[in-house]
Amino acid sequence: MKKTYVPYILLAPAVCLVLAFMVYPIGNVFYLSLRHYNPTKPWINGFAGFGNFVDILSDKDFWNALKVSVKWVISEVLLQLVFGMLIALILNQKFKGRGIFRALTFIPWAMSGVLTAVLWSLIYNQSVGLLNNILTKTGLIKSPNAWLANSGLVFGSVVTAELWRGIPFFAISLLAAMQSIPEELYEAANVDGSSKWKSFLYITLPSLKETIILTTLLRSVWEFNSVDLIYSLTGGGPVGKTTTLSILIANHATKTSNYGYGSAISVISFLILAIFAMIYLKASRFGTEE
Amino acid sequence: MKTKLSDKIFRRWLPLVLINIFVLIPIWWTLVTSLKQEGDILKKPVRYIPDPATLENYMRAWVNCRFDRYFFNSMRIAVVSVFFIVVIAIITGYALSRFQFQGKNGFMLMLLCIQFIPHAVLLIPLFQIFNTMGLIGKPLSVILVCITFQFPFNSILIRGFIGGIPYTLEEAAQIDGCSWLMAVWKVVIPMLIPGIVTTAAFAFIGVWNEFLFSMMFLNDANNYTIPIGLKMMQGEYNISYGALAAGAIIAMSIPVALFAYLQKYLVTGMGAGAVKG
Repeated sequence: MKKTYVPYILLAPAVCLVLAFMVYPIGNVFYLSLRHYNPTKPWINGFAGFGNFVDILSDKDFWNALKVSVKWVISEVLLQLVFGMLIALILNQKFKGRGIFRALTFIPWAMSGVLTAVLWSLIYNQSVGLLNNILTKTGLIKSPNAWLANSGLVFGSVVTAELWRGIPFFAISLLAAMQSIPEELYEAANVDGSSKWKSFLYITLPSLKETIILTTLLRSVWEFNSVDLIYSLTGGGPVGKTTTLSILIANHATKTSNYGYGSAISVISFLILAIFAMIYLKASRFGTEE
Repeated sequence: MKTKLSDKIFRRWLPLVLINIFVLIPIWWTLVTSLKQEGDILKKPVRYIPDPATLENYMRAWVNCRFDRYFFNSMRIAVVSVFFIVVIAIITGYALSRFQFQGKNGFMLMLLCIQFIPHAVLLIPLFQIFNTMGLIGKPLSVILVCITFQFPFNSILIRGFIGGIPYTLEEAAQIDGCSWLMAVWKVVIPMLIPGIVTTAAFAFIGVWNEFLFSMMFLNDANNYTIPIGLKMMQGEYNISYGALAAGAIIAMSIPVALFAYLQKYLVTGMGAGAVKG
């Protein structure tokens, strides 16, 4: 192409948006993390150096949130991967009604976190909820449970609601990747008398390796960052049982207005994610052919 | 190759049915609750189908709980945002598809990395920026954020569609005397319609579902969007479950309709689109 400046002009709007509403605010987070800043208490505002970070290290809420975040990401990503794989394997078979089942199974993909929270709050609710009703009727539990207020049950309840919305993502991505595996590979394996389980282990899994690495990484980051569902279902409670780092940051932004401190936690979140992504890609040798 | 009957049952239909029960029960229960009379919702024994069915909860959600207003607000933000997302995605996607230039790979990498940025982290600085611009409380703040977060994925998506349109067609039009812009307008855009519709549907779902920034920026009840309305209703002390359920059904109507259109693209076209949450 002759006119070398044309692509740069075309990309200008995109670059402007990213600079104004992405790069500049992120720089601002790093700057704010080094300051005491609370618009509701202007008398404390000023340079803090690493003061915020020192405070965070002795903050019980922070360590609790970090623990919850790790637990949250691991349970979500693992369970979503297993169920997503199962669904993709079933929907990859050819049978009558497959199209309809595909559409039905993937519906939650289009739902927002708040909406999922409303749907599941109507399931978990103590006065109108379906879950207690069914479980007591079938005799599985003796008395109704407070699924979202009981500190022993709340984590599992919220994980289940998020699974409902998250599984389709894995199912869709894995199904898309499975359809690019050549049919002949399975036919050849079949002729050689290999069992279905062995075909899965030696043909399907290796072919899906890149997709699995990429989707689990994206989902880990996504779940680490996810706020909407937990925020509307429990607000992080009871007693911090569902307060992830992202919820902690959102609470500092929306409730305590402790912006300097919240920004410092944000910076730490950033670093955790960046280090995690690097180690993950390196350990899984993404993009390298064996 | 014949599949045994027991295989069919245990490896296909049983898990498939169980999974679909899990997927559909919350939606079905919300629908049932939304159609029950207010008194029947709390009544024991629990009724699994609404009898008698009524639309009064929808009236209550729409009029008393102001979902008419929220729906309009959500629509306004979504339509304006989607328009700009699609325009920017076409321009960006075109540049990425048709030109080789220095920094192209870096730019693509940046588009991908944007997916990794935690939204919660940007809450505080973006609030400050919009505060200085005097946009807090105004829908424009949410629109700007939505455009910024949604255009990267959609640019990559539309780049794939543009790549599928042969460049020779554009060249031919230019040889016939069209200017470059005319060639793009007359040749590329008409062929890009399916891509534009798909992109718009993806973007619409994303914007329609936006919660965190709307929650932070829109502090005036007149400007609340549907997700904020739902959240507020959930937090009410004297909660009306029927109206909440009806509100949820209203909220999901649009994304589910768009999903019905998109689902044929989801599997075939999502190989590269795995980036999208």
